[in-house]
Amino acid sequence: MKVLVAVKRVVDYNVKVRAKADGSDVDLNNVKMAINPFCEIAVEEAVRLKEAGVATEVVAVSVGPKACQEQLRTALALGADRAVQVEVDGMVEPLVVAKLLKGVVEKESPQLVILGKQSIDGDNNQTGQMLGALTNMAQGTFASEVKVDGDSVTVTREIDGGLQTVKLALPAIVTTDLRLNEPRYASLPNIMKAKKKPLDVFTAADLGVAVSTHVTQVKVEPPAERQAGVKVEDVATLVDKLKNEAKVIA
Amino acid sequence: MSLDFDSARMYNPNITESHIAWRDQLRRFMENEVIPYVEEWEEACELPLSLWPKAAEIGLLGMGYPEEFGGIKEGIDVWHSWIVNEELARVGAGGVGASLMVHGIGLPPVINFARPEVKQAVAPKVLAGEAWISLGITEPSGGSDVANLQTTARREGNEYVVSGSKTFITGGMRANWVSTAVRTGGPGPGGVSMLLIPTDAPGFSRTPLNKKQGWWASDTATLYFDEVRVPVTNLIGEENQGFKVIMHNFNSERMGMAAQMEAYGRVCLEDAVIWARERKTFGKRLADHQVIRHKVSAMKQKLNATQAYIRACYEQIEMGQPNAADIALLKVQASEVMEFCAREAMQILGGAGYLRGNRIERIYREVRVNAIGGGSEEIMRDLAARQYQL
Repeated sequence: MKVLVAVKRVVDYNVKVRAKADGSDVDLNNVKMAINPFCEIAVEEAVRLKEAGVATEVVAVSVGPKACQEQLRTALALGADRAVQVEVDGMVEPLVVAKLLKGVVEKESPQLVILGKQSIDGDNNQTGQMLGALTNMAQGTFASEVKVDGDSVTVTREIDGGLQTVKLALPAIVTTDLRLNEPRYASLPNIMKAKKKPLDVFTAADLGVAVSTHVTQVKVEPPAERQAGVKVEDVATLVDKLKNEAKVIA
Repeated sequence: MSLDFDSARMYNPNITESHIAWRDQLRRFMENEVIPYVEEWEEACELPLSLWPKAAEIGLLGMGYPEEFGGIKEGIDVWHSWIVNEELARVGAGGVGASLMVHGIGLPPVINFARPEVKQAVAPKVLAGEAWISLGITEPSGGSDVANLQTTARREGNEYVVSGSKTFITGGMRANWVSTAVRTGGPGPGGVSMLLIPTDAPGFSRTPLNKKQGWWASDTATLYFDEVRVPVTNLIGEENQGFKVIMHNFNSERMGMAAQMEAYGRVCLEDAVIWARERKTFGKRLADHQVIRHKVSAMKQKLNATQAYIRACYEQIEMGQPNAADIALLKVQASEVMEFCAREAMQILGGAGYLRGNRIERIYREVRVNAIGGGSEEIMRDLAARQYQL
């Protein structure tokens, strides 16, 4: 079974992001970039499937500029067998990413596609679902457990009320939630070996996809700074403030 | 531009994608497996044995050692080492790196000079984190004066019989083997040999040296050899040629220490700047007082110079032309800068820095072990003057 796993290059989760002075975007100048944490979980799950003898090949794919090859190398160091980059510059919205991934799915014919449920930059939470619709494949989103059994996969989903278990016919799409697994460290020998693993580059045109935009980013601004709190004398004052100032109780 | 640990590192054109990937993984490892437990290990005066196999797993223990012993050598260069030393220093507890990586001084004599069967018996276990090796040079009678060491090994048939003592031995309480400098011949450097002594041999004993100024997490020991019998096949290098083996270690040990000391200085800068930006006195931030601004700039200035010096020495090593005199003086440069940064950071943090449980307080206490261990500042200057044929 071949597993395709998508990875995205995003700002490292440790970085405190800042908006550009003109409010046009987040300032990415000299900012540390990393593999999106949910994508890292996706890679780990794919590699575990391979180690368990379920998957025979793990292919990592990323849509982005040349620099996203760094994140593909990370995926290769974590255990993916080869990588595919779809080279696109500038901002690409989820629908276009999904279309490009569909192109890769058609080339690779994987039995399972694993994606992060969302990326920590855009927080869109759309790509996996859109890919499911475009490819007409079953989807199990927000996975906290994935079990492949013959020609089906059982996915435990983290939903608002608790857990929901769905059984999907393969080929299928899974998006990962935070508790699915704890990604390993890429060891130094594996980092060095990853340099030699194959990495193919395609353009959007190669996949027959036009990079279009449907959404315009109007403005990026930092959240308002929180006002300092106040200490109240007694419960009566608190209730009064909650009623009349904050107006959160009647 | 800012002054955190990473931003305060000057540009280095030698750094490639694989170096960055290595730093990322190492940092994740330190943040998850080491940093949360530092206080606990410091108080316990030792590291948990489970840390070594984990460090082996990510390739930290085996880095730079031959693949046949479970190491990774292909494609590894000095810049990978620099990164390891920086990330160890960033933990802010020197005892962790000193103890975890003590095979870095204990194992190379074995790998470079011991018999093949001895290497095979020792190296794979050490690099897998399943056994431990230390280096035994310093004696209660003296440290820097290696040529006059007094522990003797007299030959009896196929064995050496070792008598004497070693002290300040890092990792000594845990070591399964000690690469030990012993006197097999006459006085002076020409009578010194290196011998691999197993610590389960009858007549071997040890006591802990836990009451130290710094490096608490590192198990330091005094070792006693009471007529310890060691097979002659455990000789490391030729008999009476031990001095060469000992010298062989020095450049890489000093480079590692220099790289760590600069990084400790950078930790001091980082934590002092965070504090100076938050703390308000006389109606403004500490960072707005000129006297504090100058302290911060002076720290950065000295760190920059040290980084450039480290890079120059590493580049020479990478070309196969290490300069022992420049490396010796680099160690002095780095310990002076570490001392300066620890002092200035402590002044900026004030009482907050004086309380236990922060990196500055610990680094301040660990200046001396760096300025003395691995070749004291005085010995380094003297060595350089001799090398320069003054």
